[in-house]
Amino acid sequence: MSVIEITNLTKRYGNVLAVNDVSLSLEPDKIHGLLGRNGAGKTTLMQLLTGQDFASYGTISVFGAAPVENAHVLRQLCFIKESQKYPEDFRVKHVFRNAPLFFENWHAAFADQLIGEFRLPLNRRIKKLSRGQLSSLGVIVGLASRAPLTFFDEPYLGLDAVARQLFYDRLLEDFAEHPRTVILSTHLIDEVQNLLEHVVVIDQGRILVDSDAEELRGSATTIAGTARAVDEFTAGRTVISRQGLGSLAQATVSRLSAEDRAAAAAAGLDISPVSLQQLVVSLSGAAESASQADNAAQAARGSRGERTLQAERTVQAERTSQKGQDR
Amino acid sequence: MTVIEDGRPIFVQIAEQIENEIIDGTLPEEGQIPSTNEFAAFHRINPATAGKGVNVLVENGTLYKKRGIGMFVATGARERLLVIRRDEFEKQFIRPLVTEAAKLGITREQLVALLQKEA
Repeated sequence: MSVIEITNLTKRYGNVLAVNDVSLSLEPDKIHGLLGRNGAGKTTLMQLLTGQDFASYGTISVFGAAPVENAHVLRQLCFIKESQKYPEDFRVKHVFRNAPLFFENWHAAFADQLIGEFRLPLNRRIKKLSRGQLSSLGVIVGLASRAPLTFFDEPYLGLDAVARQLFYDRLLEDFAEHPRTVILSTHLIDEVQNLLEHVVVIDQGRILVDSDAEELRGSATTIAGTARAVDEFTAGRTVISRQGLGSLAQATVSRLSAEDRAAAAAAGLDISPVSLQQLVVSLSGAAESASQADNAAQAARGSRGERTLQAERTVQAERTSQKGQDR
Repeated sequence: MTVIEDGRPIFVQIAEQIENEIIDGTLPEEGQIPSTNEFAAFHRINPATAGKGVNVLVENGTLYKKRGIGMFVATGARERLLVIRRDEFEKQFIRPLVTEAAKLGITREQLVALLQKEA
């Protein structure tokens, strides 16, 4: 049984497709990572999921019902936004006095502990808080809400490294004690990759990856060596990205078996693992060049038949390789 | 304890670490191992992932579960792990060693001499 079920979801702003025909299902009691570049559609997707915006097309089900103006669904949610806004003349303590009214699982003692650890001044007015302190406030509300479905959208603008680590540690500890569904949207992928159980990568409004985090780890390998050896080895394989430098080249390829590794080593190629961050960069880059080639193909269509065909072949090849990766 | 590295499934690394500690005696047979949540907090990893690593070892009989108490190292686990690791030793260490030696022009005799000096 999934917490979130969306089918063919599309959100259009003017002629921009912020979310483009997305279907996704997220399981309960997991920490899901929603990763992607700026403007990829992460925030729009979360706004739709929390009933703060209307879908142009498609259906959303959260806890089995549509979230828009549905009190039964919304009372179970907590959405900490990138620039969380509280009334400017509130003092910090007013936020914590009001929070239990909105979150039925609110845990005051946990909030107090976090306020101390994040060194948040309770008597200061919201408008006097620094950027990092505002982020701390959001993070504390999100953690102490213990909402069955908690969204953190880039919660740590301005947070220093110590406070970010504190956030990760407290999130893991509290999640272990009180399992719930957490959706963490971020581009600091290196920092959070080990916290995640499930990963969704979104780019230009579309889902690039929807996978178990452990399956994703080790799903790609970078091989490097002479361009000829690299090309011979990658012939017939799914290449996610390739860079060349003179007679040298490196390519990121999908999952290699033990025999493949042995063969690569025998061919004198260096093999290195690909971190989640590198993988997302490679995949987003591949999607980028595919869409550029797509545009080029459209522009060239009709006038230069030969080049169009060429461009379309490239697009097709890259799409095929991408599909292979999604699976 | 070693650090979690990139590119390999974390649960495999957790399982390997527990195995290593059983082999070097840090975790004695019939002794209790840390809880899933302790592994998760220590390595800063998802508790489900830590649990998956522990479960691998439960399934192959290295660990067993006492309901309501925790996970324990099975009797005979160390000996079984040693047999498996000795099998892997050739593949993991000897073959790459020979390949690299050949690449550097180290003769068979020189290689043996080097090994004798170390061991």
